[in-house]
Amino acid sequence: MSKILAITGAGAMSQAMRQINPDVVPAFPITPSTQVVEDFSQFVADGLVDTEFITVESEHSAMSACIGASIAGGRVMTATSSAGMALMWEMLYVASSMRQPVVLTLINRAMSAPINIHADHSDSMGARDAGWIQLYSESNQEAYDNLIMAPRIAEASDVRLPIMICLDGFIISHCVQTMQMEDDDKVREFIGEFKPAYSLLDTENPVSWGALDLQDYYIEHKRAQHMAMQNAKESIKLVSEEFYQCFGRKYELFESYCLDDAERVIIAINSIAGEIKEVVDDLRNKGEKVGLLKIRSFRPFPYEEIAESLKSAKIVTVLDRSESMGAYGPLFTEIRTALFDVPDRPMVYNRMFGLGGRELFMSDIQNIFEESNRYLENGKVEKVFDYLNVRGG
Amino acid sequence: MPGLQEMAKKEGAFAGGHRMCAGCPVPIFTKMLTRVTDKYEIVAGNATGCLEVASSIFPYSAWKIPWIHTAFENAGASMSGVEAMYKSLKRQGKINKKLKFVAIGGDGGTYDIGLQSLSGAMERGHDLVYICYDNGAYMNTGVQRSSATPLGASTTTSPKGKKSSGRQGKRKDLTKIMVAHNIDYVAQASIHKPVDLSNKLKKAIELDGPAFINILCPCILGWKINPDMGVEAARVGVETGFWPLYEVENGEYNINYKPKYRPVTDWIFMQGRFRHLKSPENQPIVEEFQKEVDKNWEWLLKQ
Repeated sequence: MSKILAITGAGAMSQAMRQINPDVVPAFPITPSTQVVEDFSQFVADGLVDTEFITVESEHSAMSACIGASIAGGRVMTATSSAGMALMWEMLYVASSMRQPVVLTLINRAMSAPINIHADHSDSMGARDAGWIQLYSESNQEAYDNLIMAPRIAEASDVRLPIMICLDGFIISHCVQTMQMEDDDKVREFIGEFKPAYSLLDTENPVSWGALDLQDYYIEHKRAQHMAMQNAKESIKLVSEEFYQCFGRKYELFESYCLDDAERVIIAINSIAGEIKEVVDDLRNKGEKVGLLKIRSFRPFPYEEIAESLKSAKIVTVLDRSESMGAYGPLFTEIRTALFDVPDRPMVYNRMFGLGGRELFMSDIQNIFEESNRYLENGKVEKVFDYLNVRGG
Repeated sequence: MPGLQEMAKKEGAFAGGHRMCAGCPVPIFTKMLTRVTDKYEIVAGNATGCLEVASSIFPYSAWKIPWIHTAFENAGASMSGVEAMYKSLKRQGKINKKLKFVAIGGDGGTYDIGLQSLSGAMERGHDLVYICYDNGAYMNTGVQRSSATPLGASTTTSPKGKKSSGRQGKRKDLTKIMVAHNIDYVAQASIHKPVDLSNKLKKAIELDGPAFINILCPCILGWKINPDMGVEAARVGVETGFWPLYEVENGEYNINYKPKYRPVTDWIFMQGRFRHLKSPENQPIVEEFQKEVDKNWEWLLKQ
């Protein structure tokens, strides 16, 4: 039976994994994603899943084993964070280039150094070009729902790409929120059987995987991957619609919150969206035309759709929780690109916040809207890039 | 165990037309993989290296059996995943085959960059045979030293020079490291002894659980020998005691071949990579080389 649970974000992810019942899970613990694999290994120990659980000796081996297992013809999942993802780096590219729909829970955590275990997006943003579908989640519910949808999105025959479901370390992974957990059977029915296009275990039709691919073919294979990622947009939309029909919660490529007539808009990713919504509600009650655009799909990036939904916007503040030293934040770069072809495009500027888990309070978000109001009145963005809530700022 | 003639009638796992160097002895063992057992079908995985590169230039492949390569340092881990999927699907009744899994790497992918992945795969007890073809350097990238490179060998990253006599220090004994994993089967073999080699492959493949075989595989290019000398160089390597042939089954050592005494200089000086050791000032290195070989044999005989 579907039920309301009070559960941590990490707990929600392990429950979704139990319901999905993957054939193989290779995993290595790292804070703050450890609870996902601890819980899951208990499900294995209690016989609640059919999974072969591999206690690999590193994250590099975790992703390598994911790829091997996936090519051997079954459903594969794992979880990691930060340095763990960094150690997988090489194999992230191999997973996507070998077109394996591996499903990864990424609990976002700052990259070292200095070593820090708290939320920012430097891990997943660093992997944005690795060829993985990236979906982000504001809450436990969204993270759980995204993970339930993930295998279907990734396994679509015109996609066949790996997918990472991202949620903020500690803020979501370790905080208890109430969440609707769907019925096991209904989830399994929604996900369906895994049907591999080819399997390494098909000895009657032996296939060589991972060939040397030189100047005469490599670029065609890369282009095919690019097209598959474009197709992923449709797959996300289709699976999200079916999810809505099945479970009643609606998801798009991004969430539009009070956007229809919004003049001042904040664009953000993950848990901070919760606070922004509160502030938007307060300001809306005072008659201010403010709104939020919350990114769900960062790869593929919905340029045209975002441009369309910002038609009424006059000024846009893009919040990045990941540095790209010597450049603007990664989300800002995409948003500015999306807006370039809009005839009456809004002013747009970038604020960096929350690195290594630094809080951003509702008062800080109110200040953002006040600042964007000032910029709008003056007709000019004074600082295109700045840090929020930082000493010496 | 069928005889060699009988075995040769069975289809090999590896086709001709591959791009290995002329005279490279590596395909001797890859062809054997399917021939040594009638009980199982074989699925193979490769670390990046000569064999991988030269057998799979897209859109061609020399592999007649299912084969996978993903990266350099992870043949153990990739094949762990393959084997785990097989186990999972078998348990769920989704597959009904008798498969065995073989991971293959050179000494670079095995002694060095892939050691952790190999160690993990063996320790976890996957039903997996790991085969290292040891040619004593990173040959695929152009003969750079590895931890398997013998003392005094000149490589492109341990070159002989005015102030250097080639590779310094002792080579790593990976076979002993694998014995220390307490797995059921560890063996050293040589490409020049096909009966011994195929017996070992058969044992390793047919047992349930992890196994490791280290095969001496001379490299024409890296050892600086003529293309017709690959097998001979392996034979002399074994006869001079540089490469003992032995098995360790459940911790019990068994020496398969006890050579009559033959000085290591017979092996060293048939190869161009040791030529500089002929000079009088490098005599101490040759003596140290011989001492290490003798010491290793003494140790082995006591096991």
